[in-house]
Amino acid sequence: MRDWLIYRTFWDLTVTGVALGSIYALVALGYTLVYGVLRLINFAHSEIFMIGTFASLITATNVLGLPMLEAGDYPYRTGFQLVLILLACLLGSMVLSGAGAVALERAAYRPLRGSGDQFGAVVLAFVTAFVVGLVFFDTPKSNLIFGIIGTGPIAWMYLNIFRRGRQAPRLAFLISAIGASTAITEAVAIWGPRDREQYQTPRVLEKKTLFQLFGTDIRIDYVIVIIGALLMMTALLLFVNRTRLGRGVRAVAQDVETAKILGVNVDFVILITFLLGGVMAGGAAMMFTLVYDQSKFNIGFLLGVKSFTAAVLGGIGNLKGALLGGIVLGLAENYGSALFGGEWKDVIAFVLLLVVLMFRPTGLLGESLAKARV
Amino acid sequence: MKKSTLLRAGAIAVSLAFVTAACGSDSEGSVSEDTVVTEDTAAAAVDGVTCDGVSIAFFGALSGDAGNLGKNIRAGADLAVSEFNTANPGCQVGLVDFDSQGDPAQAPALAQKAIDDASILGIVGPAFSGESKAANPLFDAAGLAIITPSATNADLNDNNWKVFHRALAGDDKQGPAIATYIQKTLAAAKVGVIDDASEYGKGLADIVKTTLGAAVVASDSIDPKAADFSAAVSKMKEAAPDAIFYGGYYAEAGKLAKQLRDAGVTATLVFGDGVKDNGFIEAAGPAADGSIITCTCADGASNAEFAAAYTAKFPGETPQTYGAEAYDAAKAFLAAIAAGKTDRAGVLEFLGTYDAAGVTKQIKWDETGEVAGNAVYAYKVEAGAIAVIGLIE
Repeated sequence: MRDWLIYRTFWDLTVTGVALGSIYALVALGYTLVYGVLRLINFAHSEIFMIGTFASLITATNVLGLPMLEAGDYPYRTGFQLVLILLACLLGSMVLSGAGAVALERAAYRPLRGSGDQFGAVVLAFVTAFVVGLVFFDTPKSNLIFGIIGTGPIAWMYLNIFRRGRQAPRLAFLISAIGASTAITEAVAIWGPRDREQYQTPRVLEKKTLFQLFGTDIRIDYVIVIIGALLMMTALLLFVNRTRLGRGVRAVAQDVETAKILGVNVDFVILITFLLGGVMAGGAAMMFTLVYDQSKFNIGFLLGVKSFTAAVLGGIGNLKGALLGGIVLGLAENYGSALFGGEWKDVIAFVLLLVVLMFRPTGLLGESLAKARV
Repeated sequence: MKKSTLLRAGAIAVSLAFVTAACGSDSEGSVSEDTVVTEDTAAAAVDGVTCDGVSIAFFGALSGDAGNLGKNIRAGADLAVSEFNTANPGCQVGLVDFDSQGDPAQAPALAQKAIDDASILGIVGPAFSGESKAANPLFDAAGLAIITPSATNADLNDNNWKVFHRALAGDDKQGPAIATYIQKTLAAAKVGVIDDASEYGKGLADIVKTTLGAAVVASDSIDPKAADFSAAVSKMKEAAPDAIFYGGYYAEAGKLAKQLRDAGVTATLVFGDGVKDNGFIEAAGPAADGSIITCTCADGASNAEFAAAYTAKFPGETPQTYGAEAYDAAKAFLAAIAAGKTDRAGVLEFLGTYDAAGVTKQIKWDETGEVAGNAVYAYKVEAGAIAVIGLIE
C-alpha cells in the first residue's frame, strides 16, 4: 500500500538523502580523523557540530545584525550580499568549531595522554573548580572567583597525577569524551538565553528551485550543501595527502613511536587533526542551518550518533569511507522511511550498519587513514 | 583484536550517552517563592479558612521543546493559588513545581517525588499524554488526585485510575471534530496525516485517520528529535493532498510546516491542541500563516474577568493555551482545601462531588474523570498570531 510512493518519490528522496548524507559525511570526517590518529572515538565531536550551528546563528544575528523576520517575511538577501553573508557564517562556524575542537583536545584529552601538558591541566583544574563552585554558590561572579582560586592547587594535583609519560587507560578517554559532551550540552542548555528550547536562525537564502532532474525540483540549498561538502572533502584530502603537515598526520596514524623518533611533533599533529575535524564539523553546521534554519543545545546528539555510524559504515579511519558512509546512510534512511514509514528510520540505519559489519567488519572501504594512498 | 575491544567500548559509550541524555535534567521539585503572599497576615486572620503546610503541585514540562505549554499551565495554577492565598491569610497554600521536560522517561521518578512530599494534596497535570501514561499509575496507587488541564489522549480514561480527572474534553471529541472541519469547512477531498509517534500525537492522528477513512491519501510518522523530515515531506508532495493534519507538539510542527512549504506543498495545514502556542509561529515563521489549529481548550482571553486578573498578576501577558483550564483545575483543589479537606483521600472524595462554574465551562466530572461538555474550538494563524475562529459544530 505504501510502496507505490517510493517509485514516484525516488529522485526526490535521492536528492534530500544525498544532501543530508553530505552533512553526515562532513561530521563523520571528524570522528574518522581522530580515530585514525589516536585510536580514540571522540564522542564530544557532536558538540563541536552544535557549537558550529550556534556560531552560524551568532554571526548572522549578533555580528551581521540580521533580523528573524522582515515585514512578516524572511530576511532574504540576493547576489553579492548573500554570498558575503553565507561566507561570513561559514567562517564563523569553522573558526568557532575549530577552536572548540582544539580546546576540547587540550582540556579533555591531552592531560590524559601523559604529555605533562601544563595548559591542559590548568584548564581542567579551572573547569573542575568552577563546577565544584556551582555546588556552593549561586551567582556566576562568586563562582568565577572560586574557580580562579581553586585552579592553582587542583592544577598542581593534576600535573602530579598526569606526569609526563604516564598515560591514562584507554577507557579514561571515552569517559572524558562523554563527560565533555554532557558538560558542553548542559552548559548551552542552562546558560543559553532560551534554555532547552529550539533556536531559529535567520533565513537569508530563498530556497528557489534551480532546475528539474528526473521530474524532481532541485533546490538551491541542496546544491550548495552537496557541492560545498565535496569541495571541503577534496580540500581535506589534498591537505592530508599533499602537504607536509598532512604527511605528519599520516605518519602518526601509522606508528606514533616511529613518527616521534623521526622528528614529528606528535602533540602538534594531534592538535591539527582535531582542528581539521572541527573545521569540517563547522562547515557541516553552517550548511545544516542553511537547510533547516535551527539549532538547539542537543542538536548534535542524534546527528553525532548518525555521523559516527556513517564513519563506521564507510570504514572508520578512512576519509573517503566517511564520505561514502555518510551518503549511503542518508540515502538508506530516506528510502527506508518512505518504504516502511518514518518511525523505522533509525532501525533501518542501524540494521544496515549491522549487515555491512557482518560481511565487511572494517566497513565498506575498510582501510585506515594510515594506509590511505592517493 | 584491539580494534574490536575499542568498538565494544564505543558501543557501551553510546548506550551510556543515551542514559545520560535521558537522566540529565534539573527537574527537581522546588517550592516557588512567588506564590507565598507576604502580607501582614495577623491583621486579617479573622475570616477565611485556616490550614497549615498544604500545597498543590504542578507536574509537566517547564523546559524542553514543549515547555511553553507547561509554563502556561503553571501560570494559570499560580494565579488561582495566589488569589486563594490573598483571600485566606490563615491558609497559605504552596505551589510546588515538577518539571518533567515532557519526557515520559523522567515522569515516574518525578511522580514518586511528588508522592513522597506529604504536603501535596493534588496535582495540576501531568501536562502531556505520554507522561500521564507513565506517571498516573503511581499517583493512582498513592491515591493522590490529579486534574490534567491538557493531556487529551482518548485512552487515558480507560485505565480505571480513580484519581484521574481532566479539565477539558479528550481527543475522542477533538479527533472527529478535526475530521469534520477538514471535510466540511475546508472541503478537502484528499488529506495527508502525519504524527510524531508520541502518545498524544499518534493517538490523535489515528482518530483523525479513522474518522476520515478513504479521504486519507498519505500518512507517515516522523521522529520529533530529528531535524530532517524529508521522507514525510516527499510523500506529501507526491500525494498532493488538499489538507495535511499533523498530530504532535508545536516545536516540531514549526519545523515540519517550514519544510513542507519549502518543498512547495500548498495544502492547508491543520494541527491539534499541542500546536496552539506562539512557539509554533516562532519556529515556522511565515510558513505558519493560514494554518488551522483546533483545541478543546477555551480561549482564556475571552473571559474578561479572568483575563484581567491574569494580566494583573503577570503584567503584559495574556492567558495562553491551557491557562484557563489550569486555573479551573487548581480552583477545584483549592475548593477542597477550603472545605476543610487536608488529606489526599478527602480531596479525592471532594472532587467526585465537585460541581462549580469554572472559567472555561461548568466543572463536573463523571466517574471516569471526564469533564462534562465537548466543545472543540478552531483557531487560525493570521499575520503571525493565533486568532480564534469559533466552535466546530
